[in-house]
Amino acid sequence: MTRPVQILLLLLAIAVPLSLMAGRVWIDPATTPNAVVILMELRLPRALLAIVIGAGLGASGAAMQGYLRNPLADPGLFGIAPGAALGAVVSLWFGYAASPYLLPLFALVGAAAAMALLAAIAGRAGGIALFTLAGMMIASLAGALTSLAISLAPNAFAMSEIVNWLMGALTDRGWPDVWIAAPLTLLGIVCLMMAARGLDALVLGESAARSLGMEPAHLQCWLVAGVGLTVGSGVAVAGIVGFVGLIVPHLVRPLTDRRPSSLMLPSALAGALLVLVADCLCRILPLVTELRLGIALSLVGAPFFLWLLMQMRRGLA
Amino acid sequence: MSLIAAELTVEGRLEEVTVAMQTGQVTAICGPNGAGKSTLLQCLAGLLPTEGGLVALDHRPLDQMRPCERAQAIGYLPQNGEIAWDLTVRNLVALGRLPHRDRGEAEVAAALSALDLDSFAERPVSQLSGGERARALLARVLAGTPRWILADEPLAALDIAHQLALIGHFRRTAREGVGVVLVLHDLALAMNYADRVIVLDCGEKAADGDPQVALSEDVIARVWGVPARWLGEPGARALVVG
Repeated sequence: MTRPVQILLLLLAIAVPLSLMAGRVWIDPATTPNAVVILMELRLPRALLAIVIGAGLGASGAAMQGYLRNPLADPGLFGIAPGAALGAVVSLWFGYAASPYLLPLFALVGAAAAMALLAAIAGRAGGIALFTLAGMMIASLAGALTSLAISLAPNAFAMSEIVNWLMGALTDRGWPDVWIAAPLTLLGIVCLMMAARGLDALVLGESAARSLGMEPAHLQCWLVAGVGLTVGSGVAVAGIVGFVGLIVPHLVRPLTDRRPSSLMLPSALAGALLVLVADCLCRILPLVTELRLGIALSLVGAPFFLWLLMQMRRGLA
Repeated sequence: MSLIAAELTVEGRLEEVTVAMQTGQVTAICGPNGAGKSTLLQCLAGLLPTEGGLVALDHRPLDQMRPCERAQAIGYLPQNGEIAWDLTVRNLVALGRLPHRDRGEAEVAAALSALDLDSFAERPVSQLSGGERARALLARVLAGTPRWILADEPLAALDIAHQLALIGHFRRTAREGVGVVLVLHDLALAMNYADRVIVLDCGEKAADGDPQVALSEDVIARVWGVPARWLGEPGARALVVG
């Protein structure tokens, strides 16, 4: 176990109990009435969900940056998150949100459709450029259809529900959401780990990577499956949670030997930590209504992205 | 051990090119821009699909070999020398062990030593000079202990001292029984340091054989379209154009 992994595990071990206690009401298990119920039915599943979603986004961000050999890459580039969001919006549009399983199911179908479309367009011989462009096209199409669904919403309540959901949050999430997201995310991370050797080879460029035995079609399959499962399941239960996949690999990379395979596990742990802490802060901030997780992360992520661009521009100069 | 390309055709780039190479030699592929040198090298490395013909390694068609098996046998050094992330030299060289699925610490250490990179081993590649970077990329190929090294213009963008040092490494590697195939633009380097030269012109083989023959003044005039004369003794020849 590498040092960054040990440190991140330690930080997570500290953050989890704190996140269980933190909130508008600070829970002391010894004195707070119904503490066990609140912890077991509300805060524990929410904390676990934050960890699962953050880990999936962190790992898929590291994989995407390794695949595209670009520090500005993000899991959203494959169009899977917008695809999942479109699926969820369709379920909200038709009023299926009351069921705990229908909305995530629609989102997962949306993610799967985006993955299938991506695989069909890029094909077996598709290079990285075609693959990325196909992903961006799918993201753009899904985004446009989502906007269309909002503009044609049957009533104001559905519209507000869709817009709120798209902002991303872990409010009121429970065990059913954990049971949906956790196994799929875990499977997704395993798929991403299977891609790790190919991503290491890609450090040297596409032709050198193939000369090292990397098979582009296999690598793309593992990546689409990995990003699809992690991001798709995350969006299915929490909506769009942006910037984690972009920021986390950056923060972690200097602590590793910079090989994409070395970055994957620490990024998963750091993603889990970031989303867990961000969700705690959303609960603690003294606002009229709870700050949406997606908004909070974007508020931190967008300036970080700008700072990154400035650094890169300075590097080019 | 042989690497053979038979009647190799890649539409618009190569036309029925047949070459056979042996290990223990430095073979240079020369030709004007657009002659098909890099295309031939990529076909020999099994990286480019062909419309016709085949490439065989020890009489086995490359397209029937598993990618990992092919990668263990053939080390390929592309022209651009891209390194996406700021790895240390040791980690960069260790990427050469990917086809073997092991850490290969002894092979990595040997490759670093062979190219005098021991003192740079823990340095990030962003802090290397052009010559050190070229050596590190070659060490990555050596760490895979391939039987064949195919390098696309490995001496381009290097000063003359680094060119001589690197081609010296290639020659030593060939003497140890490895087959070395280099795409070279510098005809004097090919004449003085290659055991054999293949000249391509417009996707077809124009000459093949001993450097003295394959790079004769007549061939240079015919293929490159420039009058040229060789001066000096074999092994230390200089090309005068005009």
